[in-house]
Parts: sequence; structure tokens; C-alpha cells
Amino acid sequence: MIKINNLHARVEEKEILKGINLEIKPGEVHAIMGPNGSGKSTLSNVIAGREDYEVTGGTIDFEDEDLLDLDPEERAHKGIFLSFQYPIEIPGVTVSNFIKTAINETRKGRGEEPMDAREMLSKMREKSALLEMDKSYLSRSLNEGFSGGEKKRNEIFQMAMLEPKLAILDETDSGLDIDALRIVANGVNKLRSADNAVLVITHYQRLLDYIEPDFVHVLYNGKIVKSGDKNLAIELEAKGYDWIKEENA
Amino acid sequence: MSDEILDEVTASEYKYGFVTDIESDTVAPGLNEDVIRMISAKKNEPSWMLEWRLDAFKIWLDMKEPEWSNVTYKKPDFQAISYYSAPKQKKTLDSLDEVDPELLKTFEKLGISLNEQKRLSGVAMDIVVDSVSVATTFKKTLGEKGIIFCSMSEAIAEHPELVRKHIGTVVPKRDNFYAALNSAVFTDGSFCYIPKGVRCPMELSTYFRINESGTGQFERTLLVADEGSFVSYLEGCTAPSRDENQLHAAVVELVAMDGAEIKYSTVQNWYPGDAQGKGGVFNFVTKRGICERNAKISWTQVETGSAVTWKYPSCILKGDNSIGEFYSVAVTNNYQQADTGTKMIHLGKNTKSTIISKGISAGHSHNSYRGLVRIGARAENARNFSQCDSLLMGDQCGAHTFPYIEAQHPTAQIEHEATTSKIGEDQLFYCNQRGIQTEQAIALIVNGYCKDVLNQLPMEFAVEAQKLLEISLEGSVG
Repeated sequence: MIKINNLHARVEEKEILKGINLEIKPGEVHAIMGPNGSGKSTLSNVIAGREDYEVTGGTIDFEDEDLLDLDPEERAHKGIFLSFQYPIEIPGVTVSNFIKTAINETRKGRGEEPMDAREMLSKMREKSALLEMDKSYLSRSLNEGFSGGEKKRNEIFQMAMLEPKLAILDETDSGLDIDALRIVANGVNKLRSADNAVLVITHYQRLLDYIEPDFVHVLYNGKIVKSGDKNLAIELEAKGYDWIKEENA
Repeated sequence: MSDEILDEVTASEYKYGFVTDIESDTVAPGLNEDVIRMISAKKNEPSWMLEWRLDAFKIWLDMKEPEWSNVTYKKPDFQAISYYSAPKQKKTLDSLDEVDPELLKTFEKLGISLNEQKRLSGVAMDIVVDSVSVATTFKKTLGEKGIIFCSMSEAIAEHPELVRKHIGTVVPKRDNFYAALNSAVFTDGSFCYIPKGVRCPMELSTYFRINESGTGQFERTLLVADEGSFVSYLEGCTAPSRDENQLHAAVVELVAMDGAEIKYSTVQNWYPGDAQGKGGVFNFVTKRGICERNAKISWTQVETGSAVTWKYPSCILKGDNSIGEFYSVAVTNNYQQADTGTKMIHLGKNTKSTIISKGISAGHSHNSYRGLVRIGARAENARNFSQCDSLLMGDQCGAHTFPYIEAQHPTAQIEHEATTSKIGEDQLFYCNQRGIQTEQAIALIVNGYCKDVLNQLPMEFAVEAQKLLEISLEGSVG
């Protein structure tokens, strides 16, 4: 589905990604772990197409198409979704109005008709129930005054509505208590299928108890330095990141 | 990205900028007593009206054009303006079928149907082109309830006692330079009277259109809501795109008697000038309402047009327990300038006022909020809440806030909140990532920002206003 080849990227003058290689196939769940400042969030932002990140080398192909040529919204239309580490507030715009606009703009981008209002409504009800969100959520201003847990749930709600092919969860577990973590993970698991893929970016192993990865990669100093199965995550949790740092010193 | 998008702004067009080719009866430019006598004679006015105008003219001659506002413009040459222009048509019209077909076409282009049968929304409408009212719809339905809704000229002829009693009581002739000028030369406008205890069954609306070049538009609107009555009134305006600056100096007076409520909504979309700041309407307007006991006046305005706007819809809260509200969205783009706000004058006890002002500046424009909250010496327990927010787009524009507060009673409670923000790259990227293009994202964010004001507008108007905001701001982010 997505093929990242020798990807280099920088923010301002600082090189952050120094040759990333990663391939994710449909149906797979990959986890990227790593210490602070290793480049995890940079990778997710580069895939989503954020402008402040300059790609200086390498390629990203998404379903055999060069992703780097596309604007962020075009990437979204292709089915890439980023769950933000810090979701943004948009005062005065309700959750329902925002997601309605997102869905219909995405459909427009794909040359499809807007979603029927009734279908939209029943889908919103279904997905907000999945995330155990109260109905009043939908009429609140987007992320304004939301608690950390509410913001993250709202991200996964949007993901459930948009049904992306590739969902990138950037530190979705940060700031979540154990109940919220379960709800969020449950929401993600319900959306897994043979056709879509998930890239989980996290600092800790605990989210991976709920969303079980097929592959775990360790990102350090802008490179993937180790890959393995879910046992690698458990090993990291037990030993910390220091041995990785030493191995790659 | 910023440059690219800012360039696009200059390409966004003013879609109402056409000129209608109709024969007009336009007098030669210039202003003196004879011109005023001529205007009055053309309208067959009673002598008291002429005297009133001439008195206003004398006052005006002694006044100076105000310079305190935060706008710069070339002062109009008052001798170069024509003070009367009317589309030529038969003297009186028995039905809309007799309106000049070219004129009907104009209103079709503007998206306004004058055909009563075709109107679904049930809005009664008065249409003012240049200096005269050309049509008023739904007169009969309204008449059954005793509601008078007609042009000002007609009101002077048919209901002189009402006009004479109220005109100039809220905005006196010597109130300010442009109010004095308007009092001398006003040509038409709308008049509305709601009898005691009557709830007006439909929205009343006036649509103003400047068509002729070289003319000024000086309309005068008077709304009188008798005891315990209610009316919701809407006003819209457009003008052709011209290189010259056209002057619009209106006066609006509202009288809300005991227990009456007036809701006055404006969508102002006069031609704003081109992207280089050439042309556009000078919009110098005086709007004020007076509230008697338990009365309420609510002003809602969406201001997107005009090269220069100078406008402060205000409330005099004379009666005890009266309420004044002001909800405003003012958008400036390119080289537009707006100095707008309100005055809430609390005289009675337990009076309350609310001010919500949302300014949006883009391009090279300047947008100022100027507001006065005055609590008089006898206004026990008066309360005010003001919120003034500014949104900036790009780094070439300016937002200014000039709040004035004068409290003469110790029980006064006054709250003032103000914020200034920019549309963040973060917000745009978040929207982009969800599949929403930057243009759409701006529209979404701006509509969210203005929501508290747009919610005050009647339904059909709210939709129009939202679209207008989108057009006015097309791509204007940095």
C-alpha cells in the first residue's frame, strides 16, 4: 500500500529523517517506537504532506503513485488519515459540521456525489456510539474545551467516519487514561480490515496491548534501526531505549 | 503559499457590479437651496417638510466634515454630486407589471424576485433604486393588520402626521455632518409603522441599489413600533462597479415604544472598489434607535462592501428595563477601510446591552471597532457585555479597537472582552488533512468565527451572508 524508500527530510535547517525505509501492505498494523526526538512525528507529518517539512531525498509511493507530488488534501482524498498528536481547535465549527464538510469535500475530490443527509446522520450516530461519545459531542465546537481524552476520541471518530485506507495514529495514547485508551483502541480495532492498514506511532508499549501490531520498528536518530514483531515492543518496554542508543552510538 | 493566495484575492470578483441600462431622470450636480426646493417639489412634499430640509441645509453649511475616524479618503466634492436620480417610469404604478422590464431584470440578476406570487419566503420588500422607491410588495396583506410599509415619499404624502411626529427625533438634524446633509437632501427610503400589540407576520425588507453614475444615495428610513409590537426588518444593498467613489449617506431611525421589539438586520454589500483600491462606495451612515420602557432593539449587521465605512448603529436605552443589542461582522479586504461599532446609551434603570463585534481584515485593509458604552447618572443597575474580536489574514492589514466606557452610576456592571487572532497554519493543515481545501477551510473557519452574529440573522439572510463572506474573502490568507 505504502512504500517509503530512503526518505530524508528536514525542518528548517535541521535534518530529522535520514533514510527511512518502510513498506506497509493492506491488512497490516505497523508500530513505530522510539525515544523523544527520534523523528516519529516528523515521519507522520511528512506522509500527511505538511509544508513545514522539506523532503530532501527519497520517495513515498502510495498505491504505486508518487505521494510527494500531492497536496495534503489530495493525499487525504487518496485515503491517508492522520490522527493528530495535538488536535486543533476550530471555534464555532461544530464536530458534525466539520466532519460533514470533510466527507463531502473528500467525495468531491474523488469525483463523487455528496453523502445523503440521512446517511450522514445515521453514520455519525453509529460511529459516535462506537467511540462511546455522548450525542452532545456532535454539536460542540471542534476540540474547543475538549479534555485530552475527548480530543483523541474525536480523532478516531473522524477516522471512523472517513474510513481511510491508511490511518496514522500519532501518539494517540498520550494523555489518555486507561478507559479512554480502551475505547480508542477498540474503535481502531473495529475499523481494521484486510483492505486497510494502520501505522501506530507511540512512545510506550501499552497501546500495543490493545492494538496488536504485526510489525514493530524502532526509530532512532532519523533511521529505523531495528524491526521485529510485537515482542520487540515488550522488550523495549522492559529494557528502555538506552540499549538502542548504545548499539547505534 | 501566502503570495499565491493573496494574488487570488485580487481575482475574486464583485458579482453585482453591472449597470442597468434604464432611462433616468437625473438632475445636474450641485447643492444649494434651489436643488433642495426642486427635490421637495418633485416629491410634492408639504411645506413643513421643505422647511425642515432647508433648516437642515443651513445647519449643514456651518458644519465641518468629521475627521476623528480611523479612515483616510479624499473628501467628496459636494458640488460634483447629483442629488436626485430616478428611473423614468409612469407616475404611479398599479401593479408590478408596470415596472420597467429592464429594472425587473436587474432584480432578477440580483436574485430578488418582485413577483409576489413567486415569493416563497414571505418577505415583504421595498425596492429603492438611486433616489426613489420603485416597488413595495405585500402591501395589502400588511394593510389588513394595520401595518404601514411604504416608501418614505409615500409616507410623507399619506401619513404626514406619523412622519412629522417622529422624523428627526432619534437622529436630529444637527447630529452630525452627514446626518444634516441627509436631512436636507434625502430622496427616499422606507417607512414602517407597526400598530399597538401587532406582531408583524413577515419579514420586512428594503433593497437599495445605486445605478446611475455621479449620484449620491441619501435614503432615510424610519421604523416606528408602537406599544407591544414586534417587527423584523432586513436591508440589503449593492451598486455597480465604477472607478469613481460614490457617496451613500443614509439615516435610519428606530422608535420602539413601551414593550415593543425591533430586530434590524443589514447585509451591506456596496461596491468595495477594485483590488487596487480604485472606486467603491463611501458609506457614511447614521443609524440609531430609541427604546422606551421594556422595549428592545437588536441591530445585526454583516458588512462586506464599501470602500470606506463609517457606521455606528446605536441604541438609546431611555426606558427602564429596555434592552439594546449589537451584533456585527465587518469584513475588509484589499484597500477597504471600515470604522464601525455602536453606542449603547443607558439612561433608564435596569437597562441591558450586549455588543458582539467580529472584525475580519485581509489584504491591505483596515478594520476598526469603535464603541461607546455610557451609563447615565440615573441608570441604576445597568449592565453591558461587550466582546470585540479581530481576525487577521496576511500581514498587510490592520485591526484596531477603540472602546469608550463612561459610567456615571456606581451600580453599573460593564464587561469588555477582546481578542485578536490569525487563521493559523495549524488550523489550515488540520482541515487539509481531512480533505478540505484551503479555500473551503477558510470559509469554514471564518463562518465558525462569526457564528454568534450569523445566528442572529433570519434564515434566508444567514445563508446569503455566509456566501457573501466566502466571496469577500476568497483565498485571503497568509
